[in-house]
Amino acid sequence: MRRKLESIALHALVVMAAVLTAAPLLWMVSASFMRAGAATSSPPPLLPASHTATLEHYRALFTSQSLGRYLLNSLVIAGGGTLLGVAITAMAGYGFAKLRFRGRDPLFRNLVLLMVVPGQVAMLPMFLELRELGLINTLFGAMIPVLAPIYGVFLVRQYALSIPGDLLDAARIDGASEFRIFRSIVLPTIAPVLVTLGVFTFLSAWNDFMWPLIVLSDDARYTLPVALANLAGEHVQDTELMMSGAVVTVLPVFLAFLFLQRYYIQGIMAGSTKG
Amino acid sequence: MFITPALVLIGVFFVIPVLGALVLSFTDFDIYSIGNPADTRFIGLGNYRSLFADPLFWKALRNTAYYVVVGGPLSVVVSLAAALLVNARLIRWKPLFRSAFFAPWVTTLVAVALVWRYLYHPQYGLLNASLGLVGVGPIDWLGNPRWAMPAIILMSVWKNFGYNMLIFLAGLQTIPPQLYEAAELDGAGRWQRFRQVTVPMLGPTFVFVGVVTMIAAFQIFSEPYVMTQGGPLKSTLTLVLFMYEQGFRWWRLGFAAAVAVVLGLLTLAGTAVQLRLRRGGERVV
Repeated sequence: MRRKLESIALHALVVMAAVLTAAPLLWMVSASFMRAGAATSSPPPLLPASHTATLEHYRALFTSQSLGRYLLNSLVIAGGGTLLGVAITAMAGYGFAKLRFRGRDPLFRNLVLLMVVPGQVAMLPMFLELRELGLINTLFGAMIPVLAPIYGVFLVRQYALSIPGDLLDAARIDGASEFRIFRSIVLPTIAPVLVTLGVFTFLSAWNDFMWPLIVLSDDARYTLPVALANLAGEHVQDTELMMSGAVVTVLPVFLAFLFLQRYYIQGIMAGSTKG
Repeated sequence: MFITPALVLIGVFFVIPVLGALVLSFTDFDIYSIGNPADTRFIGLGNYRSLFADPLFWKALRNTAYYVVVGGPLSVVVSLAAALLVNARLIRWKPLFRSAFFAPWVTTLVAVALVWRYLYHPQYGLLNASLGLVGVGPIDWLGNPRWAMPAIILMSVWKNFGYNMLIFLAGLQTIPPQLYEAAELDGAGRWQRFRQVTVPMLGPTFVFVGVVTMIAAFQIFSEPYVMTQGGPLKSTLTLVLFMYEQGFRWWRLGFAAAVAVVLGLLTLAGTAVQLRLRRGGERVV
């Protein structure tokens, strides 16, 4: 009996906490369907008044606010950055785990130490550097932070350590080239961690704000978060319109998370205990 | 070589810029230097001198410290509580609740910061409406210098606690159940089991969570940028926001680089202190 009461109390607590956690996101979705001005009335409504739910704000975003263009920019930056970044990081992680060369371990230790330095420290000189290279205001410039993330190299290396060295040596004796070995033995083995890394990279590239804000000055190149922050400057009164914009910005990463959360959650949990 | 592309990228786009920030901080690089880099002169510690004489810098430093010292521990406590709740033996549908708590972490900060800006609205915001039901009078969350930073902290804790919760869950799952059984046989109550078994066994997890949370907290930028632009009365101006404004709004890149260097040093110092505390703690346990 006591156990039963305890169980009910615990469940009440966890359900309440979950509802509170979800509330801001639920309200965001609900308000995005309200008629203009409806969200700012007293008391604030939780749902659109009956039969007034509307898609007008979504329509407005994609017509008069050219949100489609920003969506495309975000997709190119996050998608392209993820593909390139995962490829580069996979090679490096494998190299540090399994290839023998002079100074490998000290080099790796120094890389890991670099993780303590906040990325923002590098941003001012990086801006000047990219200016010299003509990469300011390019989608490639916005991808740079995710191309070779050190935590990614670390993650892949930890995983690749478990590849049996004998297997690689056997392939070498059979005359397979290093690149062939990487493609047909290493890549299939480390595929799970690459999926994890890919989801991570996509989310961080998609959600990033400060670097795209600095590097993209031309309106046509904005990513969704930059465009949204900009839009908020002009349309702060249009609560419902802004909430539709927020939904469009969050939805792609949210769906990616829902479908791939297995990899994502495992990746975070494994990274912390192995590290 | 397999590691070459990554090393080149890290070298060109991280190591060189970090060293560059150090060099830049000793120069008077400003808007004129962008047009004519030859114009730049070394001015020694000049930027640091003006930085330490600038009340805005101290304001930004205080605000950042407030965010780190209040927001960091709060976030750790909330994450641990969520992890304990989700991990409780009696709780069913664990993965569902785990995902629900984790969801805010995957969302886009700019988007949810906007959502919270409306939730915090003094007149039409849901927060004040709910508080009004229990008789707490309307608070101008983002318009009052006293409440703006707490409001930003609350929003960030909501946004971020899911990540640390996962790390704590991973840590909790490594604790052998026999330890709890043994403690129970010895007559330890729930609180004692938590103090004597859970907390010590989570030691390394606390260090990991502490360091990661603190490093992230020092870098806070987007929340004040989107929600308050550093106001009201600069009460939410943070170090990185200060650096951004000096560097990319007023193009005082040399001066802003000095802020960046201070930020880097503070982060290093904070990490060192946490690791040292942990080692000291281990000796006691």
